Amino acid sequence: MHISLLKVTTFFYLAGAILYLYFIVTLKERGARLGRMALLIGVILHVAGFALRYATAGYTPVTNLFESLSFFALSIACVFLVVEIRYNMRTLGAFVAPLAFVFSIFSAFLPGEVAELAPALNSYWLPVHVLLLFVGDAVFAVAFGAGIMYLLQEKQVKQKKMGAIFKRLPSLDVLDDINYRCLTIGFPLLTMGIITGSIWAEYAWGSYWSWDPKETWSLITWLLYAALLHGRLTVGWRGRKAAILAIVGFCAVLFTFLGVNLLLPGLHTYSSLSR
Amino acid sequence: MGHIVIIGLNHRTAPVEIRERLAFPSEAIGHALRGLLEKESLKEGVILSTCNRVEICALASQGFEGTSEAKEFMAVYHGIPLEELNGYLYHYEGDEAVRHLFRVGSSLDSMVLGEPQILGQVKDAYGYAAEFRTIGPILNKFFAKTFSVAKRVRTETKVASSAVSVSYAAVELARKIFGDLSDKTVLLIGAGEMCELAARHLISAGVKGIMVTNRTFERAVKLAEEFDGIPIRFEEISVHLKRADIVLSSTGAPHFILQRQDVEEVIRIRKNRPMFFIDMAVPRDIDPDANQVDNVYVYDIDDLNNVIETNLEERQSEALKAEEIVKEEVRSFRRWLDAQQATPTIITLRRKYEEVKNAEVAKAVSAFGADDPKMRKVVESLASSLLNKILHAPISSLKKDADGRNQMDLVSVVREIFDLPEGSERTGTGDADETGETPQE
Repeated sequence: MHISLLKVTTFFYLAGAILYLYFIVTLKERGARLGRMALLIGVILHVAGFALRYATAGYTPVTNLFESLSFFALSIACVFLVVEIRYNMRTLGAFVAPLAFVFSIFSAFLPGEVAELAPALNSYWLPVHVLLLFVGDAVFAVAFGAGIMYLLQEKQVKQKKMGAIFKRLPSLDVLDDINYRCLTIGFPLLTMGIITGSIWAEYAWGSYWSWDPKETWSLITWLLYAALLHGRLTVGWRGRKAAILAIVGFCAVLFTFLGVNLLLPGLHTYSSLSR
Repeated sequence: MGHIVIIGLNHRTAPVEIRERLAFPSEAIGHALRGLLEKESLKEGVILSTCNRVEICALASQGFEGTSEAKEFMAVYHGIPLEELNGYLYHYEGDEAVRHLFRVGSSLDSMVLGEPQILGQVKDAYGYAAEFRTIGPILNKFFAKTFSVAKRVRTETKVASSAVSVSYAAVELARKIFGDLSDKTVLLIGAGEMCELAARHLISAGVKGIMVTNRTFERAVKLAEEFDGIPIRFEEISVHLKRADIVLSSTGAPHFILQRQDVEEVIRIRKNRPMFFIDMAVPRDIDPDANQVDNVYVYDIDDLNNVIETNLEERQSEALKAEEIVKEEVRSFRRWLDAQQATPTIITLRRKYEEVKNAEVAKAVSAFGADDPKMRKVVESLASSLLNKILHAPISSLKKDADGRNQMDLVSVVREIFDLPEGSERTGTGDADETGETPQE
């Protein structure tokens, strides 16, 4: 039941992505309205599926690749909806909703059966550590979308070619503002996620930090965002530079999450494909 | 029934010398409207007079007469011989007139395609006619429809969506760079007409403040007063530049007054807060290389002209969509008009045979001698149901929302075969009040 519920959300994210793309191409209000609706329904079903799985499995279901990809899609959809409603930035949907869909469909192709929890994961730290990181990463996903939009729009203004993109995308200032807000929210979440992970590692593995690939890449990601935040606050990095760093940062997030799981074996490989 | 006619002239058919002679000043419009309706065949009238067009829209009992009477009125009113006037005038009747006003109201017939003022002017013209009661149900509906068509065109096409003047283009760009302008400061360097206009637009777009500088300080003071801004000495530009988000420049300087290095320096001091330079001077005031600096955007007059050109092209292609909307709406208005014209015919038809029926019932009752109420009732209901059944078919085919031409033909056929009198009814049945039309033939 919950597996099909989790998988069916993929269709709603797909519908949301298509509708937002339809909106940005045709500028028909209905596209954005229906897109928001589709994502909202997707999120509601997703939360229900997540809760059911929690009840069935008896632990927070973010322990293997199926579960974590699915949860990442949910986080992105949620964070996007909050930003969209807050800023009334409907064009953002065309850039972020497809991300929710991609992670969702990726997870839908993986086996979703509930497995026995690895003893090392059986801890109260599990939900805290993982939820902090995924919500933080979802915030960075929105910053990534806004960053791409910024680069597209900035190119139009700089090259003085006012094409279709110019008319559709919001102002540079608003996009840069989203970049900044996401950074101020995502960075503390990432930091706390790493700290809780480290404390948990001390309990579980007896060491705060053991340089396994996941930890190393988390640190690299953290350093990237730390550099961006520092640059913003002290020398006023913004605009293009900030947009590029938000995009690079999110690539690092993706590698930390997926690349490490799939390519680099280490302590964190609970969620590789082989499992 | 009536014919809508429009006569007039615009920027394409008449030079400004003629247009200004034929304009109706707003204080004289009431008088002119009354004069217009003194013409025999004109029943309702509206006068639209702007600097680019003068038009009379009227409801005439006969299209041809209406047109010539309206032209005659225009000639006599302004004291210009009709022969001279005729060369500048255009005239439209029926659907053509409907289409024309729809296009005018939607700004498809304007000198600058899509400019927004014309709709307001048409609304004013309508307002005058309403005030002086020279507008009746048909033109009332016609103008209301014109406004809704204009709204449709504005929302469904991009005919009016992008700036087509240099100064507006500057504001539009500023909005795309800064989003919110309410905390932005403008620096105006030098004085050029276009620069001042752009400054005015930025002020009405809600910028926080404006600094004004000029080679002669007195001139800066004077301009600053005008804009409610702060005058600045020309030599001190570099001191104040860091406070400016938008710089408008048009000096007569023979060389750049701001080099790329100057801009790089100021953007560093501003911690990369973006700057938008609008250089309207020829030769240019600002080093175009400064556009390469991150968070700096430099537009010169050619760039702005290119933006406008692209926008105009877009408007042109959007205008095609707008024309489709107009076409569709002309058809829908035609259907409405036709329905209006069928209604008086139906009323006349009913009225005529109601009278026949009453006369026959009275005859039948008197033939019986004694006036028995029960018997009278029976006869009356027999006559009524007979009449209703006979008239049902012609009336329902008149009411049918048929294609324009056939409907008109049908009305005249019905009038002929039932031998209906030409336009005499106005009051009486509820139907007439509902349509509110004065039937005329």
